[in-house]
Amino acid sequence: MGTIYILWLRQLKRYMRSHSRIIGSLGQPLLFLLALGYGFGPIFQKAGQGNYLEFLAPGVIAMTILFTSIFSGIEIIWDRQFGFLKETLVAPASRLDIMIGRTLGGATVATIQGIIVLLISIVAGFRPTNYVLLPVAILIMALIALLFTALGTAIASLLEDMQGFQMIMNFLVMPLFFLSGALFPLQGLPEAIILFSSLNPLSYGVDGLRGALIGQIYFGFGIDFLVLAGVSALFLAVGSYLFSKIQV
Amino acid sequence: MFMSVILEEAGSHRNNRLDSENNISIKVEKLTKKFGDFTAVDSISFSVKKGETFAFLGPNGAGKTTTIKMLTTLLKPTSGVMLVNGYDPVQNQDAVRRSFGIVFQDESLDEELTAYENMEFHGVLYKVPKELLPKKIEELLKFVELWDRKNDFVKHFSGGMKRRLEIARGLLHHPEVLFLDEPTLGLDPQTRNHIWGYLRELNRTEGITVFFTTHYMEEAERVADCIAIIDRGTIVAEGSPGELMKQTNTNSLEDAFLSLTGRRIREEEIGSIEQMRNIRKLWRR
Repeated sequence: MGTIYILWLRQLKRYMRSHSRIIGSLGQPLLFLLALGYGFGPIFQKAGQGNYLEFLAPGVIAMTILFTSIFSGIEIIWDRQFGFLKETLVAPASRLDIMIGRTLGGATVATIQGIIVLLISIVAGFRPTNYVLLPVAILIMALIALLFTALGTAIASLLEDMQGFQMIMNFLVMPLFFLSGALFPLQGLPEAIILFSSLNPLSYGVDGLRGALIGQIYFGFGIDFLVLAGVSALFLAVGSYLFSKIQV
Repeated sequence: MFMSVILEEAGSHRNNRLDSENNISIKVEKLTKKFGDFTAVDSISFSVKKGETFAFLGPNGAGKTTTIKMLTTLLKPTSGVMLVNGYDPVQNQDAVRRSFGIVFQDESLDEELTAYENMEFHGVLYKVPKELLPKKIEELLKFVELWDRKNDFVKHFSGGMKRRLEIARGLLHHPEVLFLDEPTLGLDPQTRNHIWGYLRELNRTEGITVFFTTHYMEEAERVADCIAIIDRGTIVAEGSPGELMKQTNTNSLEDAFLSLTGRRIREEEIGSIEQMRNIRKLWRR
């Protein structure tokens, strides 16, 4: 218990202290919201789909959480090369606790980032339709965060250095984001894209978030929660296994 | 002194040991580690007595760090037997981990945390009783003369201060052996002198076994009770500094070392760690 707590606390302290990281990581979602939100707004409107900013905001929140989570998982590579991981790995503490504490810490940070982006989008003109469902939205954010931090940890446990990082960004993180329905509705798309999107766990996160915030839902809350929780559990298990195999 | 505080508690996990020889701290027999075709450590055997200051010397790439990693449960050996404080690092990882402290070759502090927080983190991981922790941290930070900097972030510390903090941290859970992998690398003579001062005091007053590697031969000559020289994965000589000099008919440990390991420079390929370190330097500036 102590191990999980202290590793969680470490992630949080590191986050709170790096102001440049907080501000830097909010720049991108802000750009997406303003440039895409206002840029595509008129076309979206003409196509009879309503307000694009309303549609986009949940997607951008999910994007922020995705990026922050994967990054904080991948951070293990830095810790590994610059020694701090060794300090934790020679300690008489269970590797499972270390992995869980770290993952929960990363997930907490990503959820906070998501909430900040939600607040920013409200400032930018986004209006959630139903404030009662806000706790549900936050729960979904936390699940997205947990899922992708665990995935980041699993990937980082397999990598020796940052060489493969660009590959992961281009061939995993970006496709996950673009094909999640974060930027456009899934209805009426080619079969292949719909198939990929339904295999993409982020789609269920975006869907649940959109359902909770603006009342538009594609898969349904039940399926969204089931998929998010199930895949999180799977990634946690795989991540723990791979983390326990790390030799430095 | 600070060590007496948790002496009793440390005794509780000293049952069911495999080794009956009470005065042996580390025992290694035919230890081998292969990475693919490359044999980093080739069937080495040695033992370290309790309370001894033991220097493990060798040129770059000789197998020193690999051996330390195996002794400290970070790497699994290909074959051979090890006992650290009576426990097998392969079978009984946690018992071994509780029994040693380590200062790694690479710095292993969290730079975004303060000196105190780094100590606290270690204390919680090693399950040092909560009520003892603040007192022990204070004692150890005073011991390495960092108490007045306890709330400063480690990223503002000099290399020597980081090393001292790592030593304090390695002692927090009252280990029986302290492993130090090149603890004085890149430090000025004043700091090096200080660090050996602390280690000598610990060794004298607490009877802690000190196992260290270094490239500074005059340091080993001055502080080590016993020296093992490893080259290309095998131990080429073992004995007190005096014995090694006598054996090689030389006047200093440096000459003895060179006569045992040859004068050829060992080239090590720059690894991915070194490359990343360079990248990090760019990022930090």
